[in-house]
Amino acid sequence: MYNYIPDGDSVAKAYTEEDQGKYEVFMERINNGEKIEADDWMPEDYRQALIKLISMHGISEIMGALPEKEWVPKAPTLKRKLGIMAKVQDEMGHGQLLLRVAEDLMKPYGRTRENLIEDLLNGDLKFHNVFHMPTKTWADAGMVGWMVDGAAIISQTNMLDASYGPYQRALQRICAEEVFHAQHGEAIIMALAEGTKEQREILQESFSRWWPSLLMFFGPASAETTGSSKQDIMIKYRIRKSNNEELRQVFLNKYLPRAFSLGLTVPDETVHYDKENERWIYQQPDWNEFKQIIKNKGPMSKERLRLREIAYEKNRWVRQALAPQVISS
Amino acid sequence: MTKRIETADEAKQDAAYSEALKELIYQMADDDFIVSFRGSEWLGLAPHIEEDVAFSSITQNTMGHAVMYYNLLEELGEGDADALAHARPLEKRRNAVYLEKQNGDGSYLKEPYFDWALTVVRHYFYEVLKKVKLEALTKSSYVPLANIAQKVLMEQPYHLAHWKLWIRQLQNSNEDAKSRINMRIVEAWKEFGDALELGTKSSEMVQHELIAGEEFLQKQWLNEVKATVMSLPTYPLEKGLGNGRNGKHSADLKQAIKIFSEVYESDREAVW
Ligand SMILES: [Fe+2]
Ligand SMILES: [Fe+2]
Repeated sequence: MYNYIPDGDSVAKAYTEEDQGKYEVFMERINNGEKIEADDWMPEDYRQALIKLISMHGISEIMGALPEKEWVPKAPTLKRKLGIMAKVQDEMGHGQLLLRVAEDLMKPYGRTRENLIEDLLNGDLKFHNVFHMPTKTWADAGMVGWMVDGAAIISQTNMLDASYGPYQRALQRICAEEVFHAQHGEAIIMALAEGTKEQREILQESFSRWWPSLLMFFGPASAETTGSSKQDIMIKYRIRKSNNEELRQVFLNKYLPRAFSLGLTVPDETVHYDKENERWIYQQPDWNEFKQIIKNKGPMSKERLRLREIAYEKNRWVRQALAPQVISS
Repeated sequence: MTKRIETADEAKQDAAYSEALKELIYQMADDDFIVSFRGSEWLGLAPHIEEDVAFSSITQNTMGHAVMYYNLLEELGEGDADALAHARPLEKRRNAVYLEKQNGDGSYLKEPYFDWALTVVRHYFYEVLKKVKLEALTKSSYVPLANIAQKVLMEQPYHLAHWKLWIRQLQNSNEDAKSRINMRIVEAWKEFGDALELGTKSSEMVQHELIAGEEFLQKQWLNEVKATVMSLPTYPLEKGLGNGRNGKHSADLKQAIKIFSEVYESDREAVW
């Protein structure tokens, strides 16, 4: 009864009359704030939106470990080494947790984690724009923890009451850990901000470089900007509460005053708080570039995917060795 | 009568004692440090995600152990722990040479053609040795060291169990995996020799009751390895890459130092 519906097909086609009744019960549960579980009936567009969201989230955690990983062996003190190791390990753990949730949702389609990794490698499964960007200095290790994890906390807190139980519970755990990540990042940033001239320079350079990526983090304000946005369906099914622009405003409101207090300069002269409308005014990042980045055409997309590809290929023999029935050749 | 030295100040009063003690702690610290470093290069590249999580947890714990030893050295007057970890030149480092060996071709940043078989064999051999040494250290005359050994032994058995399971699984699976593991075992046999030694101060270490003697440690190690690994070479272990206990290292350590001290060396005065 579950037919995979590719993008663009009408979801309504998949419904039978029997499903219509189930749909009404389902929506009632959603509107009552009940949690949907893996084995419950759910409409196809809900399942697919979740698969897309959670597999992208999970794979982004895993791909997100790579830019920071570049700095793990280079962390300049023993304390920082332990801190960044613990953080990157958490991120892999988040990836693992989320891929399990996604796997349960994909069961009716007979798809597994292996398929997700293959989708990632052939470009069908996207990962978050920030993780396509290069890291150049130790300041980036701090910036990722401070601002990227900070942004992640905001977008994930927005889903802490998501209607899908397994995802909602995973997010509870993930968000609790993300708070430590942001603190770890902030500690690195503070040390640089209070440090030597060179340290303050790499901090400013890093902040300026990450600024557009951080604005892009929350996605375009509306579907018109890039041509597709799953915001509406997510809100209808109570997966998330606020829209992209609202989240971005929360982020700016939280982080800009902190950045200013550290003496950082935003690489956008128009940035200011509009008191009357109670919102931050900023120059839009280049959304065309955003589109390119998440199509794996970002500055580090190929390199990062290549790392996963090599790991996948080089360890094939291990997977084969662990497989229950191996025909050795 | 068993000797008991309770504090660093007490240890420092006996020059011969503290020299042997420091030598031993450097070996413990540098072994864990380099093993953790090589482990950290694997991050994100392990055979599957569960392994990545488990391996990075072990790697992080191992760095935690190194930190405890460097702190002991700092207390003994060897200088700042961060400097000990990052700024000591190659010939001052005491880790066994096999442990510094690169994970494979390429680098962790680009084209990392790392070999899981090498990693499994290396970590298994190392964790067996670490357990044998830690157990001996629980009876060390230097109480702060004995205390650390107790503490590390609370988590280290899980690390050993992890790698032991890998060895068992791979050597019991298909021919390809078996031969990959075997090849790395034969290789390790030719290169792991110095890991099982205590360096030039080994007899003082025993004399001051800091740790059990090399022969005892080697026997314990071999018994444990024999019980797990199916086919072992029958000849004695060799030191084909040099002798790290005496500061004779390979170019691979140079490569490691260059990476792990890059940021630290960019400004030694800076607070990071
Ligand atoms: Fe995370
Ligand atoms: Fe995080």
